[in-house]
Amino acid sequence: MGSMIKSWLSGAIGLSDDNALARGFQDPRIRGWIMQAAVLLLAALGIFELVQNTVLNLQKANIASGFGFLENPAGFAINFSLIDYSAQSDFLRAFFVGVLNTLLVAVLGILLATLIGFSVGIARLSPNWLVARLAGFFIETLRNIPLLLQLFFWYFVVLQLLPSQAESLTPGGGIFLNNRGLFVPRILWEAGTFAPFCVALFASLVLGFFARKRFAFEGWKVLGIAVLPPLLLLLVLGWPLSLDMPVLEGFGFQGGISLIPEFIALLLALSIYTGAFVAENVRSGVQAVPKGQVEAAKALGLPSGLIMRKIILPQAMRVIVPPLTSQYLNLTKNSSLAVAIAYPDLVLVFANTALSQVGQAVEIIAMTMAVYLLISLGTSLFMNWYNARLALKERGTA
Amino acid sequence: MRNQAPALIFGIVFGALLVYLFLPGAPSGPARDAQELSKAEQENLAPEAARGGTLRVVRERGELLCGVSQGLPGFSNPDDEGDWRGIDVDVCRAMAAAIFGDASKVRYRALSAKERFTALQAGEIDVLSRNTTWTLTRDTVLGLDFAGVTYYDGQSFMVRRDLKVSSVLELDQATICANTGTTTELNAADYFRTHGLEFEMVVFEKTDEVIAAYDAGRCEAYTTDASGLYAERLKLKNPDEHIILPEVISKEPLGPAVRQGDDRWADIVRWTLYAMIEAEELGVNSANAEQMKKSDNPSIRRLLGVENSYGQNLGLRGDWAFQIITQVGNYGEIFERNVGKNTPLGIPRGLNALWTNGGLMYAMPVR
Amino acid sequence: METYVKTRRHPALPAPSRQTGLIGWMRRNLFSSAGNTITTLVCAAIIALTVPPFFNWAVLDAVWYASDGSLCRAEGAGACWAFVEAKFGQFIYGRYPAEEIWRPNLILLLFFLNLAAVLTPRMPYKGWLAATLLFIFPMFAWGVLHGGKFGLSVVETSDWGGLLLTLVIALSGILASLPLGILLALGRRSKLPVIRTLSVLFIEFWRGVPLVTVLFMASVMLPLFLPEGVTFDLLLRAIIGVALFASAYMAEVVRGGLQAVPSGQYEAAKALGLSYWQMMGLIVLPQALRVVIPGIVNTFIGLFKDTTLVLIIGLFDFLGIIRANFTDANWASPNTAATGYVFAAFVFWMFCFAMSRYSLYMEKQLSQGERR
Repeated sequence: MGSMIKSWLSGAIGLSDDNALARGFQDPRIRGWIMQAAVLLLAALGIFELVQNTVLNLQKANIASGFGFLENPAGFAINFSLIDYSAQSDFLRAFFVGVLNTLLVAVLGILLATLIGFSVGIARLSPNWLVARLAGFFIETLRNIPLLLQLFFWYFVVLQLLPSQAESLTPGGGIFLNNRGLFVPRILWEAGTFAPFCVALFASLVLGFFARKRFAFEGWKVLGIAVLPPLLLLLVLGWPLSLDMPVLEGFGFQGGISLIPEFIALLLALSIYTGAFVAENVRSGVQAVPKGQVEAAKALGLPSGLIMRKIILPQAMRVIVPPLTSQYLNLTKNSSLAVAIAYPDLVLVFANTALSQVGQAVEIIAMTMAVYLLISLGTSLFMNWYNARLALKERGTA
Repeated sequence: MRNQAPALIFGIVFGALLVYLFLPGAPSGPARDAQELSKAEQENLAPEAARGGTLRVVRERGELLCGVSQGLPGFSNPDDEGDWRGIDVDVCRAMAAAIFGDASKVRYRALSAKERFTALQAGEIDVLSRNTTWTLTRDTVLGLDFAGVTYYDGQSFMVRRDLKVSSVLELDQATICANTGTTTELNAADYFRTHGLEFEMVVFEKTDEVIAAYDAGRCEAYTTDASGLYAERLKLKNPDEHIILPEVISKEPLGPAVRQGDDRWADIVRWTLYAMIEAEELGVNSANAEQMKKSDNPSIRRLLGVENSYGQNLGLRGDWAFQIITQVGNYGEIFERNVGKNTPLGIPRGLNALWTNGGLMYAMPVR
Repeated sequence: METYVKTRRHPALPAPSRQTGLIGWMRRNLFSSAGNTITTLVCAAIIALTVPPFFNWAVLDAVWYASDGSLCRAEGAGACWAFVEAKFGQFIYGRYPAEEIWRPNLILLLFFLNLAAVLTPRMPYKGWLAATLLFIFPMFAWGVLHGGKFGLSVVETSDWGGLLLTLVIALSGILASLPLGILLALGRRSKLPVIRTLSVLFIEFWRGVPLVTVLFMASVMLPLFLPEGVTFDLLLRAIIGVALFASAYMAEVVRGGLQAVPSGQYEAAKALGLSYWQMMGLIVLPQALRVVIPGIVNTFIGLFKDTTLVLIIGLFDFLGIIRANFTDANWASPNTAATGYVFAAFVFWMFCFAMSRYSLYMEKQLSQGERR
């Protein structure tokens, strides 16, 4: 064995060896194939061993296997769900409740983190000393404190400070904040008016997009094209909207939309933590834009807001997008910390509650991981596409 | 020529460490005794424990590995000195007394609700004595074997006194906090549904988190086994401000469990339990056991191993029950010591009284 | 008539006071325009609204010395630092026996000595010192910390906790992930399709799933994967999970370093007739790894913060042990939890901030080297 390795190592240096095997080893291609076969064999053996052990262990412990359990009633309740769910629903439905809750917090978190990140990142470079310092403090503090710690802070410390339902904080307008969450009015549509509105909104959004692309319409004009027609439609339909106000009744608020504190705490923690990282990316992206660009824009007399929007950001985006992608992925994966504060995301509902009811660790963990892998893959693909689109605009450099 | 010395030194140190740390039969330090078994040796013993023959493995190891909770006053909780105390702990101590004649030969492993079954299945512990409810699923597909019931419990609700609620039925549309991964979560859902009540459930992984959320006002009620409510209430900021509602909505027979497929080991756990109950019924306790050996009552003489050594049928020493009773006590003593009226928990015997006193505690005859 | 002609230049007048000194600085940096003035005022208001109350809570109203929580429960009391003081030993070492804490201290000292030796420029036998750090040190540390060898008493891993556990998990995770990450990075850039595919699959799998699920897998599923009866303790399982997770990120960092090595270096090595491993070990990796030191430090910062997640599977790391002490009836007060979190945040921040500064410093050093 030792001499084989030796001949293999010295093979390329040209030490001759009459052994045919050794000569085969000297050919880098043959050596490559042998090595690959060995690695493949090893990997296959490893996987086989794992599977065999698992099957044996499951048999021995008399643990059921297969996905049949997905059709059994789950039995447990979930307090935050985007689709209809009750304790009699099956495990598959519970799984989808978890997936949707994960997606909800991830999508909103990504939007908020982007907003926070870009504002703070730009503020970090502000000529205003105080603003720049505050933004720097924000970034350096929050980036260096574990997310889980921030999550606990938002949930357990801030929740304790909030008043009870009877003494809710309210700015008026049917909005209430208390230790049971945030309650806001829900918009009620008269029957049959919601669908046409959506169609009108979609159509005018497309129109606005076109106006921007084709006729270089800008700012307020685009907004006007996109927003006015649906509003007009609403007026024509006789304003078929009403508000369902949350009202304190019995033990809780009835009506309206209620956002549980777990959701708010998770969303805040995720978007602020990730926002601090995004801000840092934005800062380095903006700083990567050559100074001459800004000076030229200033010489042209562009106002500073316009310089940022039209000159700096479009160029900085090329530097910002790749790390931004990984921040988005991190946020999505970090949303699994929900399990620590009882937000019913995929991990809490499925990999935790359902797992302990069913006991089929292999199937349940595999399904959970598959969902995250799919989300990661999807986000990567989208961001790669977006990045490629940005890169296309670069002309005449190559 | 390159200097070979560092490579040589590295290789020798590396190899020596490798051999010293991981080869079985490596010289062991003087501080090591039977109580402190190295991990490697435990791993060598574990396969046999998983196959059966747990008793032999435990004997060879010289101590019992007992899975307990991460801290539930009255059942299994470390005291100020770090010693474990509670009913579940006493069951393990009784087993050690029966096996080794020494109740202190137990090592405890604190387990979360989720870990507990895996730990038992994988052979990391010999017996799971961790307020675990005996259910059909656990007895069958989870691969456990329950050896008996140490405490008949039932699920209840705790609410704030100032809520002015006196029954669970008044909790319509309330928010309920509970532990996830337990039967309590399912029972609460069933109970509210069958009574046509609406509710919202907030579930946490750890009991401390449930308590913190309940204390912060996140929910109206906290539900778990009644014994747990009494115990956890002690951790609240103002225990007096909280009451436990009268309804008991489920049957929660708590008891020790072992791996399926080792019947002899299950027998030992089962009869350890019966010996304690039988002792109470016969009036034998830790104080009078020595005198009772002279009793004329044949049942007492059988139990204490004065005549007919039933211990040997179990594969134990002849005075197994005597050791249990003198070192740990009979069931009544254990109950009163850990959760009874004179403890902070102050739980009445209720269902856990002997069958002769209107309770459910009934030992099979030792004969 | 006399004419007055200035023959000497008049000495320059000082700039108007509005442009120099504090006032000038403020005019330039804070009040240069109407918009700027407003933002400055808003920021000042934010600071005025948040800093004094926090200062009051954390310093003026804080309870610094107390034997139990009664003072912290008093109306208007601030941070309960006495709680941190009373539990400090536990926060650092968990339930590690008090008379044995010289063991973790010794290990930590040796670790930093070894690390400093590896990081010192132009240290003789650097490679072997690095190998010692990667292979010999972890075994030695296990022997000393766990005991049962060298004549030491056994300290079960369930008794390890606090900052000690956080460091053990993070450091062993990073040490284990370094060699694995290098191999994976080489595999990913290999020309052999099977090896490349396997490496890519492995890396993307671990990068695609959250650490929480990895830890769940390690705690619930790993026992099922092992042959009958073989068990690892929970800490070792967590470390395996963390190390696999970190190795994927490490692989990507190292890959960046490999790509930064000019292709001329590869070609020159091949032209000299070096084999693949000789080329990588002697020419490419030494250059690549130097470039990625900041990246490795950043990965470690992430890992260090992520270590807190182990409390979800029931290990008492630094954050976990602090939280576990909140339920101590002796110290229960409305301020205990907030104090504990602020303390934990401060400690984590100090570690991470120091490391990120080091990483920035290294980055600057390296780019200076490039320019030379």
